[in-house]
Amino acid sequence: MTITRRSFLIGTGVVGGGLLIGFQLKDEAPFPHTRPESFQPNAWLQITPDGEVIFQLDKAEMGQGVVTSLPTILGEELDFDPQRMRIEMAGVHRGYADPVMRIQITGGSMSVATGWDPLRQAGATARALLIAAAAKTWGVDEAMCRTEDGVVIHKTNGQQLQYGELVATARTLKPPTKVGLKEEEDYRWVGKSLLRTDGVAKCRGQALFGMDVGLDGSLPGLLTAVVVRCPHFGGKVESYSDTTALAFPGVVDIFEIHSGIAVVAHGYWKARKAAEALEVTWDKGPLAGVDSAEIRRRQELELANGEPSDTSGHGDVSKAFAQASEVLEATYAAPLAHHSTLEPQNCTAIIRPDGAEVWAPTQSPSVLRLIFSHYSEVPQEQVEVHTTFMGGAFGRRGHVDFAAELGAIAKQLLGQPVKLIWSREDDLKHDFYRPATLHKLRAARDKNGAFSAWEHKLVSPSFVETIFPNLGAALPTWVPTKMSRAAGSKAKEWIKGVDPTMSDGAHIPYAIPNLEVGVHHFDIGVPKGFWRSVGHSHNAFVVESFIDELAHEAQEDPVTFRLAALKDHPRHRGVLRRAAKKADWGMPPRGRLQGVAVHESFGSVVAEIAEVSISGTDFQVERVVCVVDCGFVINPDLVKQQIEGAVLYGLSAALMDPITIQDGALVQSNFHDAPVLRIHQAPSIEVYLMDSHAPPSGVGEIGLPPIAPAVANALFHVTRQRLRELPLRLAQGSP
Amino acid sequence: MPEMIEFELNGVLQRVDEDPTTPLLWILRDTLGLTGTKFGCAQGLCGACTVSLDGVTLRSCQLPLSAAQGKAVTTIEGLPSEDPLLRAWTETNVIQCGYCQPGQIMSARSLLDTHPQPSDEQIDVAMQGNICRCGTYPRIRQAIHHAAQIRLEQAETKGEDS
Repeated sequence: MTITRRSFLIGTGVVGGGLLIGFQLKDEAPFPHTRPESFQPNAWLQITPDGEVIFQLDKAEMGQGVVTSLPTILGEELDFDPQRMRIEMAGVHRGYADPVMRIQITGGSMSVATGWDPLRQAGATARALLIAAAAKTWGVDEAMCRTEDGVVIHKTNGQQLQYGELVATARTLKPPTKVGLKEEEDYRWVGKSLLRTDGVAKCRGQALFGMDVGLDGSLPGLLTAVVVRCPHFGGKVESYSDTTALAFPGVVDIFEIHSGIAVVAHGYWKARKAAEALEVTWDKGPLAGVDSAEIRRRQELELANGEPSDTSGHGDVSKAFAQASEVLEATYAAPLAHHSTLEPQNCTAIIRPDGAEVWAPTQSPSVLRLIFSHYSEVPQEQVEVHTTFMGGAFGRRGHVDFAAELGAIAKQLLGQPVKLIWSREDDLKHDFYRPATLHKLRAARDKNGAFSAWEHKLVSPSFVETIFPNLGAALPTWVPTKMSRAAGSKAKEWIKGVDPTMSDGAHIPYAIPNLEVGVHHFDIGVPKGFWRSVGHSHNAFVVESFIDELAHEAQEDPVTFRLAALKDHPRHRGVLRRAAKKADWGMPPRGRLQGVAVHESFGSVVAEIAEVSISGTDFQVERVVCVVDCGFVINPDLVKQQIEGAVLYGLSAALMDPITIQDGALVQSNFHDAPVLRIHQAPSIEVYLMDSHAPPSGVGEIGLPPIAPAVANALFHVTRQRLRELPLRLAQGSP
Repeated sequence: MPEMIEFELNGVLQRVDEDPTTPLLWILRDTLGLTGTKFGCAQGLCGACTVSLDGVTLRSCQLPLSAAQGKAVTTIEGLPSEDPLLRAWTETNVIQCGYCQPGQIMSARSLLDTHPQPSDEQIDVAMQGNICRCGTYPRIRQAIHHAAQIRLEQAETKGEDS
């Protein structure tokens, strides 16, 4: 059985059982944003007497389109055009806790997959109540009523009642315990490429991002705060002088908080200019003197001499290697990767005598509320969180370090609204990076030439530890000590040194009888976190490149070789076959070469074929063909958007110069030295979706894992250079 | 020291009494409350803050307020709602997180003014300064072609009318 990130978190009880239980309030707070006299059968849906249908969006809209897809699911069963719904950002409520993880979080490509059942139920139950209300009004049997886009219709006499007209009666009725759901062929909106409902507002600059909160005059006197932090990971303030900075125009206050020195001023520019005038002496902390080369050396030592903290697989690898007639070996590496959401981290709050309001672009509003509460000393039940639109997230906004800072700042500015804004430099230098990893691969061939064993040793820090501090070397400063001690000791018990996210994607689907994946846990203390597709992002590069090496060794076509070794994996075979067909595998246009990769993640399978052109040591990815099996599709164009986006996000990390560490600090500072993919480097992308009736599975991250190996494999097929390290760089002397 | 600066903003005269070295980006956002122009990097590297100054496309994070004196500034809020680019962007479903898109549209507007029917290569050159982390680049290319077509049709209709 493959352990997914989610099933791991649940299985260990780490999330569901107890550790995060403190994140949930025990009270039964009313549903958010309730209008008087409205019908609100569940936490998502509200219908007002004048017929407005309001959807409370509990998931973070970070670009992936839940603002459109989730209302579509509910609207289909409610029988109401989702594009006519009013969508509101829900804030925090127990009713929105993930049905399995029990906290309100957006991540793990789960929103549609886990929302599919409860949202359909919620829509169908509401529709049943509206029908019952109409039947009661007309004094007829419910079977005499049908619905059509917001109207209940009497089947024989054609009488009609709008949903809004039924609200008063529906409020008084008891919901049925069981409701029927629509058949797929009756779907009116689900399965169609409805346009995004946030498109127009975002194009026109009218959507409210975290950065925009209060600038419309809704928070008079809004102040801006910036924080000057120690550039060295784990370092702290030794001493500082603010004499010069305090004299800058517009400066309101300067004070020290847990993460550095906060500068508060009237507007960002004034705050930033004053911050530049601060004189700070830093204690460089535990990583002083450490650089990227040192980290690599320590990883190599760990792989050579250390013991894996976790080993999994099947068969007997040692025996197979002992009997092998040929052994292939290779070392692969992936560097640190930065999120670089285009909207830097930020957060806005005001603490009033009766409580606090916080506006945040966050993937974790309930955790954010807890952390803000701790640092601001405002009790959780008096903290109201408003989630805003966010300029990208990719896992970064699952961390709430900025809310800890703002809590500490707002506490000093009671009654005054304040917005914390990180600069691009802050954002890059204080990210929770995808860690650098190192991988040793070995494959054995038996005397008949068949591949008999596959061994993958990898060294990585634990991702999960980031959210369960006190386990690793790095203790995120935003986690309160008391909480981290309690959580840490419990989590240690549960995790027992095993974090399956580290080896996500390393358990290959190919029919090799003996398989072993050994995870070496090594953490030097560089902040790390969930980065789009997490362990899959580097493990897919490694395994899909190495399987290509095996195909080459066997002198077989890479697609044919994979298909043969995937005999028990029909979904893999399906996407691979179709991708080969759509991309004219083996017959690329003149001057181009092809590479292939197929990978399963988040319950979905994706095959990608990259077409690359080469000129000297330069190359350009020209075209990528993607075939996706993600179960039943709610909105095909939204899925295509996500695949296109994940391909380009992955390509950016696979091609652009990496970020590096020197003296325990990030060297790079902004997009000039930490470049990201630009439009002229973007290939054309074609996405094909498999027709599936299986329940919806993950979408947001699944396009990423196959892109790096597909490109690396394409480069190999003409240059015979096997590129085993990201970013991909061709050496001189290729043909 | 604050100084009175006068400029035209989306067709309306504005007077701002601020430090003239403040980048126009922060005047637009913090002083005037126009939030369509976005902060991304403050170094002119990402294009999220793109505006037009007397018809020239510029990064407002690099433009001191004083440079706007007596000039006409257009931001995303100044585009008419029937602008072909807005329509093309929506119909092509370009948007994901949407944070970079006002800047993308302002750059595309300037491209179409100089190349009414741009090639993919011309698009790639003109749009290189605008970063999108969600990966909407292929759709941006499509949307610009689409907008060029809408502009052409509008021009033809106008020609017939006159």
